This record gives sequence, structure tokens and C-alpha cells, in this order.
Amino acid sequence: MTAADISSATVEPPPRRPAPLLTDDNAFFWEAAIEGRLVVQRCIGCGRLRHPPRPMCPDCLSLEFEVVPLSGRGSLYSYAIVHHPRHPAFDYPLIAALVDLEEGIRLVSNLSGVEAADVEIGMELEVGFDATENGGAVPVFRPVGAAAGRPS
Amino acid sequence: MSAASSSFAGKAAIVGIGQTEFSRLAGRTELQLACEAVTAALRDAGLTPSDVDGLVSYTVDPVEETELVRSVGIAEVAYSSRVPYGGGGSMGVLLHAASAVASGAAEVVVAYRAIRARSGATRFGGAKVAPSPTSGHAGTTAMQWCMPFGVLTPASWMALNSTRYMHEFGVRSEDIGRAVVQLRAYALTNPAAWGYQRPMTLEDHQASRWIVEPCIHLLDCCQETDGSVAVVITSQERASHLPQLPVAIGAAAGAGLFEQEIASDHYRGDLSVMEGSVALARRLFGSFGFTREDIDVAMIYDAFSPILLMQLEALGFCGPGEAKDFVAEGNLGPDGSLPCNTNGGLIGEGYIHGLNLVLEGTRQLRGTAVNQIPDARTVLVTASRTGAILTTR
Repeated sequence: MTAADISSATVEPPPRRPAPLLTDDNAFFWEAAIEGRLVVQRCIGCGRLRHPPRPMCPDCLSLEFEVVPLSGRGSLYSYAIVHHPRHPAFDYPLIAALVDLEEGIRLVSNLSGVEAADVEIGMELEVGFDATENGGAVPVFRPVGAAAGRPS
Repeated sequence: MSAASSSFAGKAAIVGIGQTEFSRLAGRTELQLACEAVTAALRDAGLTPSDVDGLVSYTVDPVEETELVRSVGIAEVAYSSRVPYGGGGSMGVLLHAASAVASGAAEVVVAYRAIRARSGATRFGGAKVAPSPTSGHAGTTAMQWCMPFGVLTPASWMALNSTRYMHEFGVRSEDIGRAVVQLRAYALTNPAAWGYQRPMTLEDHQASRWIVEPCIHLLDCCQETDGSVAVVITSQERASHLPQLPVAIGAAAGAGLFEQEIASDHYRGDLSVMEGSVALARRLFGSFGFTREDIDVAMIYDAFSPILLMQLEALGFCGPGEAKDFVAEGNLGPDGSLPCNTNGGLIGEGYIHGLNLVLEGTRQLRGTAVNQIPDARTVLVTASRTGAILTTR
């Protein structure tokens, strides 16, 4: 669900998920998420993809990079079903996930469109976006073919 | 021995240990707790604050050196340092202290940690949204990438790795629970421990509520604790004139790898292996003249029980995936091949952020532990990416 979807659905309560913390190093990632795009840094010097963002390429030490799109498809590397403690910004049990994307990038995220009991390491996933406080958005993942929805 | 890694080995010794009570409500500041532990350690060492010229703690410790100096009456500090990486840096204080003593930068170094993890403003187990992208040198900078997803606690950060470990090797919650039962059995007889006279069964473990499924029940978690501990380190030469049996720092090392974080360690390829501990063991058992067979007692950082099993494997006491069997065979118990966390560990005794494990290691070598292992001569103390070998050989 995108930020635009949220604002057009008048019955929806405002998003409670905390907004990401933007820095000069990471802003490109979160600003793309608001537009519904999943992106990654690619080194101009050697072509290496890197996440989390950082100013320098650890392979060739270049400070030059471009921002390139990711397919948004991947598989579940690991997960954690969080029961306690409960923060008012989230619904529980909360499915935290490590997603390995096709391009070799790993993301910490959430799963939606799947019950906690049905989560399986290796399951195929695709990206969607969930709104945060203050007009932000974060990438979340659902099983390929599942209906979009808020993370459970 | 290579000169690079052994230049300080065996030149420094632990000569004093001190602690406050461990509780859920200290009712006084971390500064006061530190004052009490530091002066207790100095009394134990037969020294006074005027002998101290070095201080070492964790970057996350709230006690300012200036306030400690002014409170306990230290005349002149020649050396002070702090170790980053939170609890994973616990044993780094021994590396810093031993290096300072061996180099002559300081003669008497006090390492301390004071914490109100239970009653203080910040509980590690509390759900809080990070106020900053950085972690204040706690070694969890990727927190900014966890927070918007509700991954807010050390338990949830670590569970993302532990779930993969369990998946990779077919480890079940009860396999991990058997280690917790052993820790609590040690704590039963330790009057300082939270688990003192509180027996616990595997059934109790399994029935305790989930904190993070499928790897961390409530009873898999360390005890958030108020208290302080302190350790006094000086030269072997000076130690020989002091009242306590000197406990030599025979080896000390750290190993932090590319993309490794502390609890939020999510970006290395294979998370089923604690590769930082593999590298640490390579250093500790590499050039200091010790082997795994020398280790009589192991004190291994157990903030959450899954990482105890993972460290047993990473440190090389058993093969990958074998810790569940190693534990089930009773190897961590008093009659096992590797008596482990004989004070009850951080789970059974309390969480003074790992440094209380050093006090127990020292007691084992002095022969004064509550659960004394006969003829203990060499003890390993480790916390993920930092470690030391203590010895009276």
C-alpha cells in the first residue's frame, strides 16, 4: 500500500509506523520508497551494489555512486515473530523478516499477506510499500501472488 | 608465539574483584553503584584509590570518569579508555587494561560497569523507537534499518539470526532450553544470583511465553539487572606482592568483521555461524600458547540462550550444528567437558552487561566459586567478538 493509497482511503486511520531516520547517506533510499520504488546504491567505480547505504565503496573506495532500481523480488532468508514487548505503532504478533533480493541485497523488513504460522524460510516474496508517520514509506514484502495489505 | 599478539600476554593479572548486590531496584545512581563496586574491588586487591592510575569501561556506561575519580578519590589518571560494541565488547576491557599495564601506560587499572538495566530509564527489553540513526557506539548502527519495521529490541535483532541457525541445523527450542536449565541449576546455589533457590525445569522453559518466536521464550532471556562490578588489573610483578592469588590475563583479543554488528548483525552472508567468534577463537587459540583442551571453565556471553549454543560452535568446542547434542550430553555441567557459566551466567545470575562473567572466572581460578570446579587452572571468558583467557598456570 502506498502513501497515496492511504491518503485516499478516508476510513483508514493515520499510519502509526514510525518514520525512517533520514541522513545525507540514506535519504535517497527512503525518498524512493515514498514514490513506491525500491532502490540500491551502485558504485560508479566498480559496479558493486551495497546496502545499507554508505558514502564509500568498500571494494574500490570510490565516493561516486548511482541509485538503481531493484526488482523487488526475493526470498525469505530468516524471520522473527515478535510477541513482546508491544510498541503502539505496530500490530502483533509482528513478522520481522530478512529478505534476500534477487540482486544479492539483504533487507530487514516485515511480511504481510501471510499468517505467522505459514511463514517459511525460502518462501518467494515481492515488495510493496507501507506508509509511515510524517508521510514516509517503507518497503514490506508479501508472498508472491498474495493480496497486498498491512503487515500482520 | 608471534610477537604482535603476545606482547602483553601474561604480563598483567587480575588482583581484585568487587560487586554490589544484584537487584531489580538498586535505589541509587549508577555512579554510586560504581563507587561501591570499585572500592570493594580495591579492598579485595589490598590497594586504595590512590594506587589507581587507569580506568576502563564500556562506551555505553553512564558513569563519567570525572565523577568516579572525584567520588572515590583517585589522584591522577594516566590512562583511560572505553570499549565499543555493547556487551559484545565486554572482554575488551581486559584487552585494554592488560595492554595499558604491559606497555607501562598505567600501573593499576580498574575496569568497571554500572547499570540499572531493570529500574533505570532505559531497559534493553523495552520497545522504543530509536531517536537517532546512530547507536551511541553500541555497535548497532543498523538499528535505523530495523526501527521502522518494529525490530526494536536486542531479542528481536538476535532472533533474526537465531531463527536461521535453528533452521540450518534442525535446532528446536527445547534443545536451547536444556542449556537454560543448566544455567539455572548453577544459579540455584549462588546467593548473588537472580535464580538463587529458584529451580526451573525444561517444562517451565517451554511453558514460558514467547518473546520472539521461534527461538526466544521469556526464560531464554538474561535478567535485566541493577548493579555494578569492578575488576582491578596490575602487573604480574606488583601482583606478586598483593594478597590475592594473581589471575594472569594469558590472552586477550578482539575480532570485529566486515559488516558485523552486535545484536543487529544482519548483513553478513551466513548468519547461522557467529563468524566474529570464529575469528576471535582463531586469535585466542592461535598464538598465545593455549588450546581448547586447556580450558577448564568457560564463561560465555549469554544475553539470550541461542547465542550460547552458537558461540560453543563458533569457538570450536563442538562442530557446526552440534551444540544441541553437546548441551544435551551434559557438557556444560559441573561434571561435563566444559563447565560453563558456573555462576548461572547472565541468564541465571544477572546482566551486568557481561563483566560479571569475568568475576566468576576469577573466583573459579582463586578456588572461591560457589560452584567450584576442582583444579580449575585456566578459564575462557568471551562475549561474541571479544575474549580473554585467564590462568593461574
